Amino acid sequence: MIDSSVALDQVRRSLAIAKKDLRIYYAKGPVVIFGILMPAFLFLAFSIGRQMPVNSLIPGLLGMAVFFTATAVSPVVVPWETQARTLERLASCPVAVWTILLGDMFASVIFGIVISFVPILVGFMTGASIHHPFILAIGIILAALCFSSMALIFSFPATSLPSTIMMLSSLIKFPLVFVSGIFMPVGELPAWGKVIASLSPLTYFTEVARYCIGGTNRYPLYLSLLLLLMFTIFFWEAAVTLHKRTLPRRL
Amino acid sequence: MENKLAITVEDLTKHYGNFVAVDHVSFNVNNCELFGFLGPNGAGKTTTVRILTGVITAEEGRAVVMGFPAGSLQTKQLSGVVPEQANAYIDLSAWDNLMLMAELYRVRASEAKRRAEALLQEVGLHEKRNHLVKTFSLGMRKRLILCLALVSEPHVLFLDEPTSGLDVQSTRLIRGTLRKLRNEGKTIFLTTHNMDEASELCDRVAIINHGKLVAIDTPERLRIGAGRFHVVEIGFEKPVATETLSQLPGVDKVEGAGNKVKIYTENPCGLVASLVDFSRVHSLPMVALNILTPSLEEAFVRLTEEVGHDR
Repeated sequence: MIDSSVALDQVRRSLAIAKKDLRIYYAKGPVVIFGILMPAFLFLAFSIGRQMPVNSLIPGLLGMAVFFTATAVSPVVVPWETQARTLERLASCPVAVWTILLGDMFASVIFGIVISFVPILVGFMTGASIHHPFILAIGIILAALCFSSMALIFSFPATSLPSTIMMLSSLIKFPLVFVSGIFMPVGELPAWGKVIASLSPLTYFTEVARYCIGGTNRYPLYLSLLLLLMFTIFFWEAAVTLHKRTLPRRL
Repeated sequence: MENKLAITVEDLTKHYGNFVAVDHVSFNVNNCELFGFLGPNGAGKTTTVRILTGVITAEEGRAVVMGFPAGSLQTKQLSGVVPEQANAYIDLSAWDNLMLMAELYRVRASEAKRRAEALLQEVGLHEKRNHLVKTFSLGMRKRLILCLALVSEPHVLFLDEPTSGLDVQSTRLIRGTLRKLRNEGKTIFLTTHNMDEASELCDRVAIINHGKLVAIDTPERLRIGAGRFHVVEIGFEKPVATETLSQLPGVDKVEGAGNKVKIYTENPCGLVASLVDFSRVHSLPMVALNILTPSLEEAFVRLTEEVGHDR
């Protein structure tokens, strides 16, 4: 059991790691391409030419934006730092493995939250109305935490090649988008689609966004928020356990 | 006893697959001591220092640094590390790297700035403080790494080959800084395969080979202790055949030819007396006579070769 003062001290140190990540990694080409450009083009390819109401489009766009940006960098920081040997520097500093991961997660969360303003702004400009801004804010924060902790799991294999991890994470991320009510509300999916959708954390954030913007959610709000929280805890625990196992092999 | 010791290592063992990188190594490092850890490439130096700094863990044995288990957060807080590879963040400036380290060690911002200014001045990087590290040469990066290790004012400093591959200027600067730190009372654990560096800087040295500790003592004692064979360098007015000199009592080996030769012996005093007799009997005046003390390098080669042959 970790002493609470030690834990708080470690959280403060993780903020230094988050600050470093934000300064170094968010302008890197692969992050911009996989985190912003690709999902944006994917969404445009789907929505242009379709007569979809704006209140149905914006929750999907918001879900895409938060999902892709919050998962863009946290999986590649560890392999990048393994390659540059800076992970060894961090490992010799007075920080725990979970502190390093928390720092990477914080950076992803901040990136996800900031980028979420883009679809919200697009929504305002195209006439969408946000009925529950406070709940939407909670949903975005929770979703960013959930997706970035999920992305940490992608980077647990002890490789120093960011491209390997990017490929692995894309293999998981892109299919998730199609089964999580982004392009089509969960209620309109076939029965098998609904079952798969219920296993994806992205579904629950899209549901929160649909509740706050269009009011067309399928699952109860409390359930979506609770499940997002539970996914976050599960992903975080799994990420810490897996990284503790593989970190020594990277160094 | 323990509180006089900065580092205690007992039976430390680490394998990589079937390869034994560190094999039941035990030693102590006193407080305020500059301790050299020598060994050929692949001997286990870096593995040992990585265990002590908490980068990797040992499978067996015990390592304690400043009273805490090696690798614990307390130990890391009290230690500064200069790894073999200069691993600053190349996309950050020298200054930002220092501020990051200060934050990771929870040094107050004002104090961190004061220390960073002083350290960068000391290693000659102050003018380049706002330049990205990717524009730095290897020497500049290594100097910066030393600053990164010192910004938290550690009690123990671990350095892994800090001058390897550096130009004379950077080497002298780093050695000078280490001397100053030792005088200030820091404990320094230095791994190197540079014998001059170890001989010049270290209070004590340990020699590791094939993962096993083969000797630990002051550089002077190691030199003398390992010098079972001393070298007597002698020059005569006229050349003398090496075969003739080989016949003298106590001579193990004769090297060189012409007017000046090196004679290896276990008994340098007896040999000198024999050489004086030889000179008198053959009416052959001596023009030079030196008894050469074995260097630390010779001691190192002898000790590491002995272990190599034992295997």
